[in-house]
Amino acid sequence: MHSNLVLRVVAKLLMPFIMLFGLYVQFHGDFGPGGGFQAGVIFAAGFILYALIFGLQSAGKVLPRGILRFGIALGVLLFAGVGVYNLLVGGQYLDYNVMAQDPVHGQHLGILLVELGVGITVTSVMVMVFFTFARHRPTKGDD
Amino acid sequence: MSITVFAILRIRNLYAVVMLASIYSLMAAAIFVILDAVDVAFTEAAVGAGISTVLALGTIALTTDREKKPSRTKILPLIVVCLTGAALIYGTLDLAHYGDPNAPAQQHVGPDYLRDAPVKTGIPNVVTSVLASYRGYDTLGEVTVIFTAGVGVILLLGNWRHIGRRREDEDA
Repeated sequence: MHSNLVLRVVAKLLMPFIMLFGLYVQFHGDFGPGGGFQAGVIFAAGFILYALIFGLQSAGKVLPRGILRFGIALGVLLFAGVGVYNLLVGGQYLDYNVMAQDPVHGQHLGILLVELGVGITVTSVMVMVFFTFARHRPTKGDD
Repeated sequence: MSITVFAILRIRNLYAVVMLASIYSLMAAAIFVILDAVDVAFTEAAVGAGISTVLALGTIALTTDREKKPSRTKILPLIVVCLTGAALIYGTLDLAHYGDPNAPAQQHVGPDYLRDAPVKTGIPNVVTSVLASYRGYDTLGEVTVIFTAGVGVILLLGNWRHIGRRREDEDA
């Protein structure tokens, strides 16, 4: 599979569009269908496609495990952190109204950050799960 | 869709089963689009038809692609399944018709969300504002579930043994 020219060329052509579409779904989720979860899954699908065609080694260079592990925690922390920030500036937990000068702006900013957190965690978890499955070699101790 | 389900039940080659399950997800996504639930359709197409297929194939690569023959006929499970199915079908008799404006789902908080959400949050997509703002706790919980799932997979399948061994070597 690693020398299949057609697959490699098509995947290389598709990758930027998948990533762009992921970004679009992530940041345009306020106005159209989509949001953090969907965008995260699209990003993850893009990376998994890359890993399937160019091999786990090169995919691991693009997204090292350390970054993925960091991202898994970062997304949840960003989400929860937005809530804590709202507490600190005098609102209720996850009440975005207090985040900016007026409630509508606050809601906008809050939802954007929260969706970003969701997206980061979902991407990292999906890619990490795939890498872990694909790298796993059954040893004597297992099954 | 039901043809796919019966094929999944009959076929013992797990590669074919995974592919059929993927097709089933894609059809489910199409139904969600028809029902105007575009956000859900998005998720179903990407997760159900895309990523879970790849993960299932990865699992097959780790284990085996043949399903075991059932060791004995299962009468009790059949009865349980039939009873549950009958109860569910009986339950659907009480459900409101699709698009019924007098349905409880349309009467309770739904109209408030539809009226207020775009004004209060300035976000035209009500699904997003409900998910991220009105139901922020729920979404935080969902993200935590995904986080926990990821950590669980890393703990179960990650190469902790090698890391531990390396540490022991360093200690010795």
